[in-house]
Amino acid sequence: MTSPVPFGEVITRAAARGRLIVQPRMGMGDPVDMRAGLLAVKAAKASTVGTITVDSYTRCNDDEAVRRAIAGDGQLNGYPIVARTSDVTSAIVKELRDASFVIQVRHGSADPQRIFEALVAAGLDATEGGPISYCLPYSQLPLADSVKNWAVCCKTFGRLRDKGYEPHLETFGGCMLGQLCPPSLLVAISVLEALFFCQQGLRSVSLSYAQQANTAQDLEAIAALRAIAAELLPNVDWHVVVYAYMGVYPRTVSGAMGLLGEAARLAVRSGAARLIVKTAVEAYRIPTVAENITALEYASAAAGQVRRAGPAEPASDTGILTEARTLVDAVLELGPQLDRTLTAAVGRGLLDIPYCLHPDNRGRTRSYLDRDGRLYWSDTGALPLARRTAVAAPDRNSSADLQRMLNYVARKYDSIQNAAPGQINDHERNQ
Amino acid sequence: MQVESRTPYGADRTLEAILSSTSSDSHMWNLIFIQLVLEEHGYHVTNLGACVPVEALVDRCAALPPTVVVLSTVNGHGHLDGALAVNRLRQIPSLATTPIVIGGKLGIQASSLDHVQHLRAAGFDAVFGDTASDLSEFSAFLRRVAADSFAGAPSCDVAVARTPLEIARAAAARGAGLA
Repeated sequence: MTSPVPFGEVITRAAARGRLIVQPRMGMGDPVDMRAGLLAVKAAKASTVGTITVDSYTRCNDDEAVRRAIAGDGQLNGYPIVARTSDVTSAIVKELRDASFVIQVRHGSADPQRIFEALVAAGLDATEGGPISYCLPYSQLPLADSVKNWAVCCKTFGRLRDKGYEPHLETFGGCMLGQLCPPSLLVAISVLEALFFCQQGLRSVSLSYAQQANTAQDLEAIAALRAIAAELLPNVDWHVVVYAYMGVYPRTVSGAMGLLGEAARLAVRSGAARLIVKTAVEAYRIPTVAENITALEYASAAAGQVRRAGPAEPASDTGILTEARTLVDAVLELGPQLDRTLTAAVGRGLLDIPYCLHPDNRGRTRSYLDRDGRLYWSDTGALPLARRTAVAAPDRNSSADLQRMLNYVARKYDSIQNAAPGQINDHERNQ
Repeated sequence: MQVESRTPYGADRTLEAILSSTSSDSHMWNLIFIQLVLEEHGYHVTNLGACVPVEALVDRCAALPPTVVVLSTVNGHGHLDGALAVNRLRQIPSLATTPIVIGGKLGIQASSLDHVQHLRAAGFDAVFGDTASDLSEFSAFLRRVAADSFAGAPSCDVAVARTPLEIARAAAARGAGLA
């Protein structure tokens, strides 16, 4: 059997040609619909990666609920990769994957062993997640269990190498809770998860960063991410993937597209190789295939208008690199092997995600969004950082304060009517 | 999992709210926001967090017992998961008349009348969508529960003021809100 072109290599080749790779989130309960969705993504007028998003029952290992949904109206919010036989899934993969189109599985599980078994059986060589990022925001599972699970899953995934694949794993750590997490912590967790994957034997990884509320701050954060990754991941194939905004999304089409366009330009300007898009209907429901294709083509066109993808442009320095490096170093000082130290690091509050409700998260940190959309620490808890970086942050948020911060981006982009791409954030670029 | 909150109205913890996601829903901001809303209405909140298994929810509700149970969900499985959860909660004798409500994005399509009727029939006292008007309805609901709780009225009577159609109409209108 001929080995497929590795996922990481396909992305790197596209980047070398100056093309930003764009990718949807897409998962359907029915394999016929899943195949049709992937076909449409492959045919889109853009350089695309296909996505199989796993449904949330499978993510929780709730087989009974998957069975009920398939037997009932079949309306699952993703592809039940464990319930479908590997023949069904691998037939889709074999038909569609080639040297220019690769497929990634996205799931969101802190206990993903059966998902990894299923994707290895189906010959799927790319997925994402991480011991911290798929546990603290998404699960009731103790972090220590998630760390163990992810170490085992990296080994399971590594078995693909025996079949001639080069398995690729993307961190989800650049997206903690989607919004209102200061960028230095996003960078630190993304780097630590990538390092964890490599310590567990993987050689091809990507590091995520989710667009926040101020482009200049995001450019600085991604530059920091790249700098620390370059230091800590020598001899590893890696690239940066940007997620279009993961918080409360604009409700108007022009607002949603404006925000997506800004994400695409952020990806190109920061030297990222890949962008995961959002659609115009993100605020309302799960998008249709057609809506996803529109978003992919729009993002690709917006990226093309900036310049050819390539080296990052220089970013400003407000201290994100120093903060992120301090957080990473504090964790590595507990010991070199992250599978033995991540749980303690979170337990001591060296990593503490603002507002996160998981019982293993200390929950002592708070963030603050200023009027320009820049994120600061209003309380650093036990993080090894200065007590607070916000100047005018209140001690305690009301529901109205929280709603204002949660809706900042949506309000900003919804209020810009018929803005042409490139006009939206000019004031930020000049900051 | 729980996050204990301070009650803003002194030491009397007469209004106890249990706030929870559904079993398959990993979203958290809706829970953080609704916790603040509940606190501002004078409730002491036990926030169980994301992806709460039904039995864990039942155990906590049976042990407290709460003045009100609020399920908040946005992942599109709420019409299924919520019905299962309330069905189990109603089997506990001490929760038979406790106000239990659900709100958010209830299906993977826009909220429908079917979902609302299904959830009401399953045992919820009220069903809210995710719009600004749903939030004011929820707020009014919390005030009624609080008033009736202090008046000593049977708690189940507070929530039946709205017809399923009214609720569905509110759920169908879209705007900023609960989720």
